Amino acid sequence: MAETSKMVKMKKPKVIVLRTAGTNCDKETAFAFKMAGGEADLVHINELARDEKFLKDYQILAIPGGFTYGDDIASGKILANEIKYKLNKDLKNFINSGKLIIGICNGFQVLVKAGILPGVNTGMIEATLSFNDSGSFIDKWVYLGSRLKAQGSRGLCVWTKDIEDTVYLPIAHGEGKFIPRDKKALAQLRKNGQIVFKYADNPNGSIDDIAGICDTTGRILGMMPHPERHVLGTQHPRWTREGLKEHGDGFRIFKNGIDYVKEKLL
Amino acid sequence: MEWKIEIRNKKGVFDPLGNGVKKDILDLGIRGVKKVNVSHVFIISGDINESDAKRIAEELLADPITEEYAIGSRLKASLGFARDRQGSRVRIVEIAYNQGVMDPVEDSARKAIRDMGIYGVKSIKTEKKYFIEGKIKEQDFKAICEKLLYNKVIQHVVKGQTAESKGQDDGYKFKLITVEILGADDKKLIKISKDGQLFLNIKEMQEIKKYFKKLGRNPTDCELETIAQTWSEHCGHKTFRGFIEYKERVEGGGWRVKKIDNLLKSTIMKATNDLKKPWCVSVFKDNAGIIRFDDEDNICFKVETHNHPSALEPYGGAGTGIGGVIRDILGVGLGAKPIMNTDIFCFGLPDTPHKKVPKGMLHPKRIMKGVVSGVRDYGNRMGIPTSNGAVLFDERYTGNPLVYCGTVGIMPKDKSFNKAGSGDLIVVAGGRTGRDGIHGATFSSGELTHESETVSGGAVQIGNPITEKKLTDTLLKARDRNLYTSITDCGAGGLSSAVGEMGKDLGAEVDLEKAPLKYQGLSYTEIWISEAQERMVMAAPRENIKELLEVFKKEDVEAVVIGCFTSNKRLKLRYNGNIVCDLDMEFLHDGIPRFERKAEWFRPAHKECKKKHANLTQALLKILSSWNVASKEWVIRQYDHEVQGQSVLKPLVGIKNDGPGDAAVIRPKFESKKGIIISNGINPRYGFIDPYWMAASCIDEALRQVIAVGGSLKKTAILDNFCWGNTDKPDRLGSLVRASFGCYDIAKAYGVPFISGKDSLNNEYSVHGKSISIPPTLLISAISVMDDVEKVVTMDFKEQGNLVYVIGETKDEMGSSHYNLINNCIGNRVPIVDPEKGLEIFNKISEATQKGLLRACHDCSEGGIGVALAEMAFAGGLGVKANLEKVPYVAQGSRLKAEGVRRNDVILFSESNTRFIAEVRKADKKRFEEVMKGAKIGLAGEVTSQKSFIVYGLENKKIIDINIEKLKEAWQKPLRW
Repeated sequence: MAETSKMVKMKKPKVIVLRTAGTNCDKETAFAFKMAGGEADLVHINELARDEKFLKDYQILAIPGGFTYGDDIASGKILANEIKYKLNKDLKNFINSGKLIIGICNGFQVLVKAGILPGVNTGMIEATLSFNDSGSFIDKWVYLGSRLKAQGSRGLCVWTKDIEDTVYLPIAHGEGKFIPRDKKALAQLRKNGQIVFKYADNPNGSIDDIAGICDTTGRILGMMPHPERHVLGTQHPRWTREGLKEHGDGFRIFKNGIDYVKEKLL
Repeated sequence: MEWKIEIRNKKGVFDPLGNGVKKDILDLGIRGVKKVNVSHVFIISGDINESDAKRIAEELLADPITEEYAIGSRLKASLGFARDRQGSRVRIVEIAYNQGVMDPVEDSARKAIRDMGIYGVKSIKTEKKYFIEGKIKEQDFKAICEKLLYNKVIQHVVKGQTAESKGQDDGYKFKLITVEILGADDKKLIKISKDGQLFLNIKEMQEIKKYFKKLGRNPTDCELETIAQTWSEHCGHKTFRGFIEYKERVEGGGWRVKKIDNLLKSTIMKATNDLKKPWCVSVFKDNAGIIRFDDEDNICFKVETHNHPSALEPYGGAGTGIGGVIRDILGVGLGAKPIMNTDIFCFGLPDTPHKKVPKGMLHPKRIMKGVVSGVRDYGNRMGIPTSNGAVLFDERYTGNPLVYCGTVGIMPKDKSFNKAGSGDLIVVAGGRTGRDGIHGATFSSGELTHESETVSGGAVQIGNPITEKKLTDTLLKARDRNLYTSITDCGAGGLSSAVGEMGKDLGAEVDLEKAPLKYQGLSYTEIWISEAQERMVMAAPRENIKELLEVFKKEDVEAVVIGCFTSNKRLKLRYNGNIVCDLDMEFLHDGIPRFERKAEWFRPAHKECKKKHANLTQALLKILSSWNVASKEWVIRQYDHEVQGQSVLKPLVGIKNDGPGDAAVIRPKFESKKGIIISNGINPRYGFIDPYWMAASCIDEALRQVIAVGGSLKKTAILDNFCWGNTDKPDRLGSLVRASFGCYDIAKAYGVPFISGKDSLNNEYSVHGKSISIPPTLLISAISVMDDVEKVVTMDFKEQGNLVYVIGETKDEMGSSHYNLINNCIGNRVPIVDPEKGLEIFNKISEATQKGLLRACHDCSEGGIGVALAEMAFAGGLGVKANLEKVPYVAQGSRLKAEGVRRNDVILFSESNTRFIAEVRKADKKRFEEVMKGAKIGLAGEVTSQKSFIVYGLENKKIIDINIEKLKEAWQKPLRW
């Protein structure tokens, strides 16, 4: 008996990094999870739809950045549509069994357009991510104030639970302007503590400077900035000035996700 | 049934796209526009009922938060939005793609509709509808449409009901076409070449006639096209490989004559062969040059040009340019993974008055915006970081811009070579074949005229990066499972080049009707020569074919077998069993007649520059604001330069991430500290005086940047890209030869081999019979392997109190400098390169960075020491105090007789090669000077905490004292669009 429990403890959290046509941040996202102690598989959505791989075999679903299906029609829209029609049941089960989801950049757009985030009323579209006010794609590093600091309350989001200071990450998107349905929807996000990251210097016109939100359970996180692009010290744009750190600011997000799974789901 | 669905923003929702158009209208000099809104129109035809059409609009096409939709049948003029924008002050224009132009949205929209369980869609077309509000005149409205909203090469204005989408002519009836050349005299042969856009000259046409005379028959159109593609300058590089009689005027009178047999082999490739670097894996053989990276992997690099298509349709031209060079990387060896892009552009001056733009050409600013967005949308969607580049401007690029696109790839060592076997099947994968891009290879081998847009419009295409991304993902999987033996891209010349090249030593048979088509109606020849994008051709052993096709199918990539490689050394094409081409591979590849061209060069005598700036602060500000020097942040920020997470040194550096980094550094493997440095050297202005020293300076510049960021020459290779005018003209060819000599001498002396290159000739633009050539432009790109990326140095000043050294000799080499440019003159003393001294400096700096002795390092290029110091100061947010007395100066100007002068403006702005500015901690002073012993260095100043930029001139007089923020503003302002 003792031996079995030891084996369970040694098991690594399993992360599914979902791919499809136009996904392009899959490898670095997988690397970030591996660095944080997880085991990450790159899985094409066709493999799930054709029952060659199963969502239920994983504890974390990551939808990485990219331009799925060219962002034709609107960013993330076609993958959101596909998930809705092809993976609806499996995804619901995944969420209901207390597992974790992270959507980064295009992944965030997918989660929002599929109605998974903000997830106040399940399946309802409560927000969108639209063209930057500048009308153009922008690659830039931004400072993010975490929700904890902004509101001083206990963290709802398991991915960011101990992150109290400012986080420094790059954005790279053309459609990152977060727009909630209306004032009421925004008030609800605030009240529920779902606003996880805010831009210190709003780069895209997002309402309320919103850069990332979680669902009402705190287990699903979506954010426009790329934490997987800042896990190594050499990824910082000023490491030659400020000195080389062991980890970048994004690392803790992946670590939190992995630690949560180790603690609660394995 | 055809449904028209229009999507537009809800009331009160800000429209950034419309706002961008409004800004562009102001740029045109048209005032009075209050507001612009853009709506998206989808025309969906097929077996779709009204409720399904509604579902599509509501669930898929319109965003429920920000957008609303109207739906109607195609023929209704107005869809009847509840709140209609039409009014007397609103002008509306609807823009659609021309027939045959690929609409990238169609594929993905169809897929999404299928996912919804709605089948029966036959086609989807998208249009853009602009609502322009305000008081504008009819002629202004027309100008807005033509200059901004559409490009007639690929788009048209939808007019009322007449614009009903014409179906493709779906019936193609086979009819074998032969071309009568056996009975044609020379005049007739020329006419055949011209009418068929073959761009073959009379000698080549005669050779073809001779070949078919032997066969006793006339060629088919397909055979003639195949030969024209293969023999085109674009594919065959006949100038570089031909005979040249070169003469050069000797100083003091007379001519020196030299006969050259194959310029490429006797200069560029000779340098590589002489150097025999053991880490060169594959050079000048494949689609890219390959060098060793570490024990497991090799890296490869290729730079291409896509000039003519970008002149006609900047967005599509530049996008397909980057798409094409990425496929070169996918098609080198057995395929490499693209890990980085570099882009270098040359445009006309952005402030050119509209009146001065030649007829049939687009305004430089529009070309630039189009090119940048084309590269952005393709590169970003491919998930390849664009982390290096340059943008240059000169009046003579107005009619013929240059677009260089480069890609770096990484591949396992054992995947670096390919060899198709006889009996292997020919597989084409990726995009479908359409009528787009017919005659691209031959078109790019001719001159541009004001008629190019009508005659050669078909050569221009819109790419679909997602098709290429899918192809990339699957190809690399197939590669790792060893499922094919050879691979190449479908680039210029389409299947004709790809299959012809792969089957060169074998022979090939193709059944053309098997190629998947975008639409019906293509003739066998069109299928064969179409340059439709996103296609790769593989050779696969029969036993692997099932597994190979399965790999593609799994991720929705189309791949089909269209033929096989044989062993009879013939190229045999069939269309539904009818033979349409049957040629000897040997004639096709080696039958091109080589002929001699004349080349001559003499050094032009420019007027010496007399003007001196009394106020050097003003001169510095002016140079910082000049188009070439000014910040390119507007461009850089639109590119994703960090996707894949490998960037170590980004294009913008410094305390505010906005200083100009010297080179890009990436670490392609997360777990390793080994890195790759990419840099480029380009300065067409030096060619105004002497192309030899231009070439030398370009190499020096590219290598300087490698050294400045902490690299070494140990494992550094370079690429050449020549963009020249029409080399049938002796003066153009003469300068090309002279530049090639420079390439050989300096590359060899520095010990850096060329591993790949490309030439794009005929970059001329003719108006009313008068030809305008671009400035001969050589791009040198460098790739270097760095052992430890943690040794990287950036150019921004780091801490106050540190010492500032100038490394290398400054001479009076003001010829073609930016100082002379702002004084509207050229001069004659062009910067030369002394590779012996240069090599010593490079190696010593490498040693210093290895030892961690440099806090910052920046190379001196345009604008010399003055600009380099200013950039380091404002990038670091720190001041500097410098003294020109301490700058190592050599009075002898150049190898010319003219003596140089030691003067403040000369020291500050001369552009002598192989110079750096370095920041060193006081504590490291001794160690640094020890390492640099033997090289010319001067302790010229100190970094200060005040934000002032202070320079003392000769005799210790303060000549510049200005706040760094003012310098930065001058540098950032011009291209802050």
